[in-house]
Amino acid sequence: MAISSQLSSDGQELTISIQGRFDFSLHQAFRDAYERADIRPRRYVIDLEGTNYLDSSALGMLLLLRDYAGGDDALISLINCNPDVRKILGISNFGQLFQIS
Amino acid sequence: MASDRLVVLIAEDSPADRMLLSTIVAREGHRVLTAANGLEAVALFEQERPQLVLMDALMPVMDGFEAARRIKQMAGEALVPVIFLTSLTESEALVRCLEAGGDDFLAKPYNRVILVAKIKAMERLRRLQATVLEQRDLIARHNEHLLSEQRVAKAVFDKVAHSGCLDAPNIRYLQSPHALFNGDLLLAAYNPSGDMYVLLGDFTGHGLPAAIGAMPLAEVFYGMAAKGHSMPEILREMNAKLKRILPVGVFCCATLASVSFQRRTLKVWNGGLPDGYLLRADGSREPLVSRHLPLGVLDAEDFDERCEVFPMAPGDRLFLLSDGVLEAENADHQLFGEQRLLAVFDANRQPQRLFDEILTAVERFRGRAQDDLSMIEVGMMDVGMLSSAPVPFVDTGQQGPLDWSASFEFRAESLRSFNPLPFLLQLLLEVRGLRGQGGALYSVLAELYSNALEHGVMELDSSLKRDAAGFSRYYRERGERLACLEHGFVRFHLQVRGDQQGGRLELGVEDSGKGFDVARVLAEQERLDGFCGRGLSLVRALSKRCAWERGGTLARAEFHW
Repeated sequence: MAISSQLSSDGQELTISIQGRFDFSLHQAFRDAYERADIRPRRYVIDLEGTNYLDSSALGMLLLLRDYAGGDDALISLINCNPDVRKILGISNFGQLFQIS
Repeated sequence: MASDRLVVLIAEDSPADRMLLSTIVAREGHRVLTAANGLEAVALFEQERPQLVLMDALMPVMDGFEAARRIKQMAGEALVPVIFLTSLTESEALVRCLEAGGDDFLAKPYNRVILVAKIKAMERLRRLQATVLEQRDLIARHNEHLLSEQRVAKAVFDKVAHSGCLDAPNIRYLQSPHALFNGDLLLAAYNPSGDMYVLLGDFTGHGLPAAIGAMPLAEVFYGMAAKGHSMPEILREMNAKLKRILPVGVFCCATLASVSFQRRTLKVWNGGLPDGYLLRADGSREPLVSRHLPLGVLDAEDFDERCEVFPMAPGDRLFLLSDGVLEAENADHQLFGEQRLLAVFDANRQPQRLFDEILTAVERFRGRAQDDLSMIEVGMMDVGMLSSAPVPFVDTGQQGPLDWSASFEFRAESLRSFNPLPFLLQLLLEVRGLRGQGGALYSVLAELYSNALEHGVMELDSSLKRDAAGFSRYYRERGERLACLEHGFVRFHLQVRGDQQGGRLELGVEDSGKGFDVARVLAEQERLDGFCGRGLSLVRALSKRCAWERGGTLARAEFHW
């Protein structure tokens, strides 16, 4: 499974892990991971440890999540970015919208 | 079950076997055609187009092998299963059946149960093949439809986003014909004073969604560039427009650059595209780094339109590329990447070969050519080597107002955020006699305005611009001082008078600054040819009479027609 998600035990934080290429083919699976009626997390963590590439539609999907999670009030961090992924996020200056580590 | 009812051709030279087979097949509800030899079978096939054939291998006149070959040929792409009826048992003979196009065998003597089962199995295969063909044709039709839609869309788009001045002698560019539907966009235009604006954009995604935002973006770009709006204003408008019309998650990575041939400067804003480069004549290069989020992501109030300014000498080139180059991927999922690109730059000896060398390097890396790359290179040239851009204006054939005057005063708060030049140009171009010299008029207005604002109101020292480091400091300081400007004004005085031959515009630009030693500065400017000092000689060259009064706080220039 390229995308898996896990809710913290207190229900406050949703971690979505992405394996392999993060591109348009994951569009629906990525949405399904957070658009769930049964949860209302306050923070989102996107774990990119297993992600070796992301394209501009992946950036678009991150913006959709941000919008869903409250826009400017959204708390979303992108963690475990490898240098290639970090570079792509850097070029797009997504650090202004997401916490990247 | 009408849909299961087949027309089955039985070719068998023994009347008894023919009868037996016909009975079995007919009892299953199929319609039966019979032939006594291969030739009859071929003729019947041509006439009746049965869906399945039971073919005896050995028959007089024409044997089953030849008949099967001909029937298969006539059937073309459609699958007409041929089941050979044979008492042959040597493997060689069975192989011959298959080679002739047979799909299966049935050994004599006939077993009813097996025959019926084989007919059913073949029917499944036949239907599968028919479905595949049907879907293939459907896909082909859809694809053709899509391509023709794209052609129409492209034709409309080309009218709106015409190639602008991409054919100017100092521009080289490369763009695939599918660029629009890859979301790539390349635009170039002159502003009224002959500065060149270039936009390289890359929308998220592919296909129609990627192309759809290109049109409004192109309209804003061409419209505002032609009216003399500044880069920050164009950027703001483009961002606001895309933010308004595009769904969340769709945006445009873009670099907007303006090259001023008069001031010998390059101004760049990069939001989300890979580094562009300012390639210096001496072989050094300056990266033009993405410092902003792409267009269409941020709300207007959060958008940052700050640009970087670089001195640009003749022989220097601006180079921009889309991410297609860096993200070209080889069979091992490695990306071409920045290091390989820089190696191509380093190895380059003839500037005009650079594009080809990049393409070759990418092709060698991937093992095949890549067709979705966009690149553009803009060279610095001497003013006058470029055909100046006509200022767009619909000529109504009327003279326009010929006897009027007006004065405007723009105070600190307005100066901070408002660019009065497009507005003033629009007003002055109501006068028909001035339309032919819109470019010169705009250049002079722009020059006198920036002098008044930068040296007069904000007291910036133009001698800072002597070298490259001071140059960037100058523009940094300009930005900082402007952002917190509290006092001061710039006034424009316009006086238009007509006479028998034509008319004249008397233009005055006045500022709240301390003025300057006119005689000394003008004399100095004659000698200087650094990054500064171009402005005043330009004004003198473009306008009829120009002079400075009131200790340098009021500049006057005239235009005649």
